[in-house]
Amino acid sequence: MNVLEFLLSALAIGVTFLYGSTGEIITEKAGHLNLGIPGIMGIGAACGCAVLNAMMPLNADAAPFLPPWLIVVLALLATLAGGAIMGLLYSFLAVTLRSNQNVTGLAMTIFGTGLTKFIFASLEKDGVTYVRAKYYFRFPFNNTTSALQYCGVMVFLGIAIAIISSVILTRTKVGLHLRAVGESPATADAAGINVTRYKYIATIIGSAIAGLGGLFYIMDYAGSNEAYLTIEALGWLSVALVIFSLWRPYLSIIGSFIFGTLFIVGAYLPTLFGLKIDVATSNLVKTLPYVVTIIVLVITSIRNRRENQPPASLGVSYFREDR
Amino acid sequence: MASEHHNAVKEPLIHITKNAAMPFWKGLLIRAAAVLIAFLLCSILAFFLIGANPLEFFGAFIKGNFGSNAMMAKLRIWKLLKDTAILLLIALAVTPAFRMRFWNIGAEGQVLMSALAAAAVVYYGKGITQEWLLLVIMFVAAVAAGIIWSVLPAIFKALWNANETLFTLMMNYVASFFVAYALVKWTPDGSSVLGELKRGHLPSPGNEYLIFTLTVLLITGIMFVYLYYSKQGYEISVVGESQRTARYIGINVKKVIVRTMTLSGVLCGLAGFMIVAALDHTVTTTSVGGRGFTAIIVSWLAKFNPLIMIGTALLVVFLNQGAGQLATTFRVSFAFPDVVVGIVIFFVIGCEFFIRYKVHFRHKNRHAAEVPAPGGEGSGGSGENPEKEGGGGGERPAEVIPDKGGKLK
Repeated sequence: MNVLEFLLSALAIGVTFLYGSTGEIITEKAGHLNLGIPGIMGIGAACGCAVLNAMMPLNADAAPFLPPWLIVVLALLATLAGGAIMGLLYSFLAVTLRSNQNVTGLAMTIFGTGLTKFIFASLEKDGVTYVRAKYYFRFPFNNTTSALQYCGVMVFLGIAIAIISSVILTRTKVGLHLRAVGESPATADAAGINVTRYKYIATIIGSAIAGLGGLFYIMDYAGSNEAYLTIEALGWLSVALVIFSLWRPYLSIIGSFIFGTLFIVGAYLPTLFGLKIDVATSNLVKTLPYVVTIIVLVITSIRNRRENQPPASLGVSYFREDR
Repeated sequence: MASEHHNAVKEPLIHITKNAAMPFWKGLLIRAAAVLIAFLLCSILAFFLIGANPLEFFGAFIKGNFGSNAMMAKLRIWKLLKDTAILLLIALAVTPAFRMRFWNIGAEGQVLMSALAAAAVVYYGKGITQEWLLLVIMFVAAVAAGIIWSVLPAIFKALWNANETLFTLMMNYVASFFVAYALVKWTPDGSSVLGELKRGHLPSPGNEYLIFTLTVLLITGIMFVYLYYSKQGYEISVVGESQRTARYIGINVKKVIVRTMTLSGVLCGLAGFMIVAALDHTVTTTSVGGRGFTAIIVSWLAKFNPLIMIGTALLVVFLNQGAGQLATTFRVSFAFPDVVVGIVIFFVIGCEFFIRYKVHFRHKNRHAAEVPAPGGEGSGGSGENPEKEGGGGGERPAEVIPDKGGKLK
């Protein structure tokens, strides 16, 4: 039973990374390294939770005015909108104004995590009610106390989004155009593809998906009112997962599970593997996902296979007159 | 952008070209205008978000940075100076790498490891009785840790072209867990709070931050000379512009990458040493507190010029301090300063466009004020971002049009 709990819990925390990395892959396929993902995930979660807070009554015994499914859907929409607005802001700066992508992304993270904490702190002032909605998110396993409770509806949504993204990227004309934009925007432009539009749409959709990761982490996985403080690290791990999964969303599903396993393995070492570790050492175990990412990064760059490389124009702003 | 028009030759509505040379003062003016507009926007936001009227808003920036009476003034101004100095030092540390387009975003971890190493020397060095010797060993240990943390990604970059951005980013987290590990080890009560280290303090003649601030100022000058007037600084610039050119003229690119990141490591080491020996006298997982990331922006805003960096670092700390005061007065989240700093940075980043590029409209005389950016699409939601972008777009007519009419090549 413990093993099942461990695996399901790893799967669930992994889905947080999956949302973030799927969003980031879509953005990077358009040639944009968006380092604002941690901030975007936070803002997405903050928008979703703000809506939830407004809809859940202060009195714990009172039933909310709306049916649970509608509450979840509205929260998802708010999260998507929050992420999309952040994506729009990034695109405006990095695509239209051609600013440096690294700097823009970092500024998004500083601004986004700051605003996230600000929003959650003001929610706390009004009384936290959003946490009670966590049972709605754990549908269809909301009535169990077993490990299955970690696998709410958003786990399936996350995996579905990753698969759909993979199909769109590799099997459709839109995906082909998007990859062309990321590989060589000048060529894509010459072929009549609207580079700016693709970059905008990819970044906005990617950011919206990443935002869902933040909401999932707070409402489903953690289900606590303090989870927002730890979201930044998860965002950075999502960015790392992009490399780990070699810019392929379907590999990201497996990668996110591995990351999830590494992320929580410290807590399960004593019960699962009979390894007694002290508090100090558990901190060293927590470095595992990061160390493994570094190793994968090094291995892929040593092997230097063409199909495992980032999009060729990643991080370079496109300016038509530069040709 | 492709709009319907019955011209014989369809010209795009907006035509953008590179702006080859803009006089220095004009660029400065545009940036100052961007900061001002962002600042005004923040004051409007503060009014709606936390209920601070503009007078209270600007008052907080004066009070937060310069104090409200003579005694507070001294404390606040020294805090402003030392916070600027540490941010500037870390910005200086990342600058040489950025000048060769090596995107090291791991200053956070590099400084943190250095601080940890310095603290470790104090913790384990009880046998070292001479204070000066302890300080020297602390310094050496900090620099060594900084070098290890920054050279590792550089070696992999030089040998196999491993992505340095993500490598250094991951190293940040490894560093922070190392600190967490050490703190648990060092505090038998399990609190993980080290408390103030009693030894290993830099001497403090005059003010406790005086030596530190002067050191940073000296290093700023040295770095300026190094980057602009030395052979190595020149090599860094060439590698940044074009690695092929660098190879062609006989520069060993790999050597330059590793050497430059070593220099970065030394400066990060110094910053970590200073945090333990001169500023905090302790180490926590948040000793660097995001300065490693902010420093990157400070460096970039200054166009990687150490002298201008004094100004950009001062600006960021000034905003932080003022917004922090605002957050204290109005009892809102301690994260509020990040929001203010973020908004100002967005504007400064955005305004670079109007310095680097020139916008031409199809019809010279009319519709100049039309804003083409799709910023207006962001309807709904928090209502904050559209406003910001509206502000960014609104800047355009004010700044660019006179520029177009005034100075054509």
